Amino acid sequence: MEQARSDLLTVIAGIGGLLIIASLAGWLLQIRLSPNGENAAIENLNDRIRSWWVMVLAMSLAFVGGKTGVLLLFGFCSFAALREFMTLTNATRADHWTLVGAFFVVLPLQYYLIWIEWYGLFSIFIPVYVFLLLPIVSALRGETRNFLIRVAEMQWALMICVFCASHVPALLTLKIPGYEGRNVLLIAFLVIVVQLSDVLQYVWGKLLGRRKIAPALSPSKTVEGFLGGTLTAIAIGAALWWMTPFAPLQAALMAGVITMMGFFGGLVMSAIKRDRGVKDWGHMIAGHGGFIDRLDSVVFAAPFFFHLTRYYWSIG
Amino acid sequence: MILSERPKSSFPRRLAAGVCGHAIRLFARLVTAVRPVWQGIDPAQGGQRIYFANHASHGDFILIWSTLPERQRRATRPVAGADYWGKGGLRSFIGRDVFHSLLIDRQRNEAVRTDPVGQMAAALDRGSSLILFPEGTRNTTDEILLPLKSGLFHLASARPEVDLVPVWIDNLNRVLPKGAVIPVPLMCKVLYGAPMRLQPDETKTAFLDRARQAMLDLRQDANDKGEERA
Repeated sequence: MEQARSDLLTVIAGIGGLLIIASLAGWLLQIRLSPNGENAAIENLNDRIRSWWVMVLAMSLAFVGGKTGVLLLFGFCSFAALREFMTLTNATRADHWTLVGAFFVVLPLQYYLIWIEWYGLFSIFIPVYVFLLLPIVSALRGETRNFLIRVAEMQWALMICVFCASHVPALLTLKIPGYEGRNVLLIAFLVIVVQLSDVLQYVWGKLLGRRKIAPALSPSKTVEGFLGGTLTAIAIGAALWWMTPFAPLQAALMAGVITMMGFFGGLVMSAIKRDRGVKDWGHMIAGHGGFIDRLDSVVFAAPFFFHLTRYYWSIG
Repeated sequence: MILSERPKSSFPRRLAAGVCGHAIRLFARLVTAVRPVWQGIDPAQGGQRIYFANHASHGDFILIWSTLPERQRRATRPVAGADYWGKGGLRSFIGRDVFHSLLIDRQRNEAVRTDPVGQMAAALDRGSSLILFPEGTRNTTDEILLPLKSGLFHLASARPEVDLVPVWIDNLNRVLPKGAVIPVPLMCKVLYGAPMRLQPDETKTAFLDRARQAMLDLRQDANDKGEERA
């Protein structure tokens, strides 16, 4: 328990240090190149850094608050993400009760199942039962126009924003011998690796990005950024092995899986944004866009990380 | 200088109204994450205005009221139906004390002959800004925007020196569609357009067409970044 606390403090202090360096760099850039806010890229960078402070603060508070804190934080993230996703769907007034059910029944129930650690149900509740029950509610209204599209969109919104996102706090339910009381560090590991990978891909891309990977989906993603970002994130993941139940090589492999899923998650969510003709999912996080813009990679990586850890390290 | 036109009421009542106002704004934020988009108008600029907006839901003026800067919010009164908001009890507390709405008698009853335009002009003369729904009633049809009633024109003729600001409230009709009781959380925007005034020789029809078009243009802007929704 003591070990867990001191490890957590080390992690928080490390991130705090990184943010202080980033803030100083952003401040210097602003003084040198954008004293009156004329450089959009620097202004955006500083917006982003300020938002990072808020996000890190929220995460740290949640971690200190233990299981309740983490569940509340991710429950709220799911809510905000679902609100952004549903806004862009074709859901009409015939789907009103379905939406009410999604927000006020399915979302709380999924997090409740994780709270009581009922693995057998929380891992199939949305993809099996909700997927079958949800279209029934919409069908009862008798509006057939775009029915399949509307239902599929709502199902996917729940899949991404609630089911996948809830696998982050679900890491707390794993029973790993010799790692008791430290599960919150698994969440920290996942989030740090995914987010640093995002940031590093951006930085490497800016520094030496030439060849675009998927120009139709995301003009800022380059081969150089991807390789540089992924390899650095894997190295950082390996260096953070001490906060996980993994050996250094295993931590590197896990980080590899996480960054891959994170990258492709970002790509998929970009494709959806392109399809809907929007640049960002929302506007709630200054400099980043919406909650989904920040969460997309975490959300895709979380179930893989959860199940890999569960199958190879957890008992029961 | 904006004159305060608050009703005289007891301190506890004013306190309750203030708390209630905050709670309503917080709730609106939680459900809709409402964001104002200021186009062709500076939100911080003072001055008296008549905001005119589309009306699909009971939440409409809550969203406008929540997105106005504090100073203007205090000087701005929604124009509302006395038959609904003057009923007494909680509704009247919210209508009068929290929103400080200007209640208009919609039943043009011969016995109590009222003059809505006169009432609104008088409120403007006392320094208030107004929120107006020129469709006259909530739009519960499938139409995007009902034809505008002539009240806006008559008010513009009576007080031609006041800025008329077109407003489009985007997506709220999906949050709380016709007949629904529980709102679903979806993101909303309130778009504020460039102020307009009645031109010297403008006819009623021409003016109302122009005002309506200004609202529809804002709607277009709101949807430019999103697909047309059914």
